[in-house]
Amino acid sequence: MAQQNGMVEKRGAGHWLTHAGLILGVLFIFFPIWLAFVASTVTQPEIARPPMPLLPGGHLWQNYSKALTSGINAPVALMLFNSAVMAIGIAVGKIAISLLSAFAIVYFRFPGRHLFFWLIFLTLMLPVEVRIVPTYEVAANFGMLNSYGGLILPLVASATATFLFRQFFMTVPDELAEAARVDGAQPMRFFVDILLPMSRTNIAALFVILFIYGWNQYLWPLLITTDPSMNTIVMGIKQMFPSGDDLADWPVIMATSILAMIPPVLVVIGMQKLFIRGLVESEK
Amino acid sequence: MASLTLENVRKSFGPTEVIHGVDIDVKDGEFIVIVGPSGCGKSTLLRMVAGLETVTSGTVSIDGRVVNGVEPMDRDIAMVFQNYALYPHMSVFDNMAYGLKIAKTPKPEIEARVAQAAKMLQLEPYLQRRPRELSGGQRQRVAMGRAIVRKPAVFLFDEPLSNLDAKLRVQMRLEIKTLQRDLGVTSLYVTHDQVEAMTLADRMIVMNGGVADQIGAPLEVYANPQTAFVAGFIGSPPTNFLAPAMLGQSGDGQIGIRPEHVRLAPSGQLTARAAYSEALGAETLVHLRGPNGGLLTVRQDAGEPIPEEGAEVSLDWDVDREMRFGPDGRRA
Repeated sequence: MAQQNGMVEKRGAGHWLTHAGLILGVLFIFFPIWLAFVASTVTQPEIARPPMPLLPGGHLWQNYSKALTSGINAPVALMLFNSAVMAIGIAVGKIAISLLSAFAIVYFRFPGRHLFFWLIFLTLMLPVEVRIVPTYEVAANFGMLNSYGGLILPLVASATATFLFRQFFMTVPDELAEAARVDGAQPMRFFVDILLPMSRTNIAALFVILFIYGWNQYLWPLLITTDPSMNTIVMGIKQMFPSGDDLADWPVIMATSILAMIPPVLVVIGMQKLFIRGLVESEK
Repeated sequence: MASLTLENVRKSFGPTEVIHGVDIDVKDGEFIVIVGPSGCGKSTLLRMVAGLETVTSGTVSIDGRVVNGVEPMDRDIAMVFQNYALYPHMSVFDNMAYGLKIAKTPKPEIEARVAQAAKMLQLEPYLQRRPRELSGGQRQRVAMGRAIVRKPAVFLFDEPLSNLDAKLRVQMRLEIKTLQRDLGVTSLYVTHDQVEAMTLADRMIVMNGGVADQIGAPLEVYANPQTAFVAGFIGSPPTNFLAPAMLGQSGDGQIGIRPEHVRLAPSGQLTARAAYSEALGAETLVHLRGPNGGLLTVRQDAGEPIPEEGAEVSLDWDVDREMRFGPDGRRA
């Protein structure tokens, strides 16, 4: 009994040490966010006067409502909405297009199938930044400046997602497609009834990744939108920074930063279960 | 219920021809088993009947209707796959009902048909489960159920038992046979297992290198093989092959004699050296090295004396049990 206790204590000590390390790590990462939160709840003079406060002040409501309704260039509520439209548009669009193109590449024998696959694959090597000038030209010629279409469409094609779905579809046994054919399912019916439900977890995992990708876009929205009412939140934060001799309204900027963090966190938490399953487990 | 006819069916993948003209006539309600070693084209043949592979030349007809260009679903067939090919995200009920749903069968009828099939296959307690929650035998039954509910003219089985363990295989074999007899549906069954072929078939087709070597009732094929390949493939342990010269006869070709027709005797037509013996309880297999070093097998009852390893023994058999094959492998 005593020995057993000793064992437990020993393991307990190791446990505590591990936990202490983890907690320390979390605190270290969390500290800047905490500072941002504190700064969003105090007044401008309080931030400017050293030492910086480490505990929240009493101006939370005031700062956040100011940020949400008026902001500095555009109300944050509007920018959040723009970002949400863009991020969801990109995530859903990318998933839809990649699913369909992967389906075509894996299940249909058309001439140039491999060529198309490699063309898609090649675009992996050309991130948005590299092709940004021609893409801008095209978007501008289509009159898509300052529009949701302009924000979303150029970013919708995704080689990564196509590749991921292709790999997944290739693990699906051929007999399943044949059984569906014998059962009388047309190709699209097979896609909707069988492939889509089977890719559920992959779709969820991709949605999380792509939503955050879309949410964090900075350069592209900066180029394609000039109208403040079309600004997205990430570029909006940057534009709040003072230029020249303007005085920065740091509490409002910090409130905006905190608000900008919330939606991706919600998406991750909401889809955590499916997301992790999609990354680690492949359904039999 | 329907007949199934294959006329001079050929199949090429690119320049390579894998099926070299097969003719089969399956009568209504008959259970036909196609047996052969792997790579002989038996699965390809089945898939051509199913419509999953195109027919390069020749015709496939179901109930007198040529179905060469017809989609699988319109051929009035149902297929059971080797790995079952159950839809993993659907319940057993949905798996069985999927084909009927696509065919826009009224809901009450779907339910009735699935319920009937589930009862027949003892799947009633599992209708709401997913395939991964079932055992191998149950999955196999669901695959069968999916075929049954469609009430097809022809059942096609592609090695349906090869993923099961030995005991379950024997049990499912019996169930398939009973089911087929009860439903009276024309069936085409592909296997590499000659025991399955012998026990299930009304008639069996032995395929070899893209050609149907012999078509006939199992016992007829066993007793009277038309080619050396059939004689060697059907029967376990396989037929012994001897060169005529070994028996002091002239001519080329081969003489086949089944292990159960050979006996160890004080004097006989051939002497051989005992290599090793396998005592299986009811019977003993004595393996011997013939004069030219080839392995021969004698099957004898358990009570018979077993020769020592290395001992010289004489082999004897009745001459009318000999099967003579010409140099081309055909029965002489």
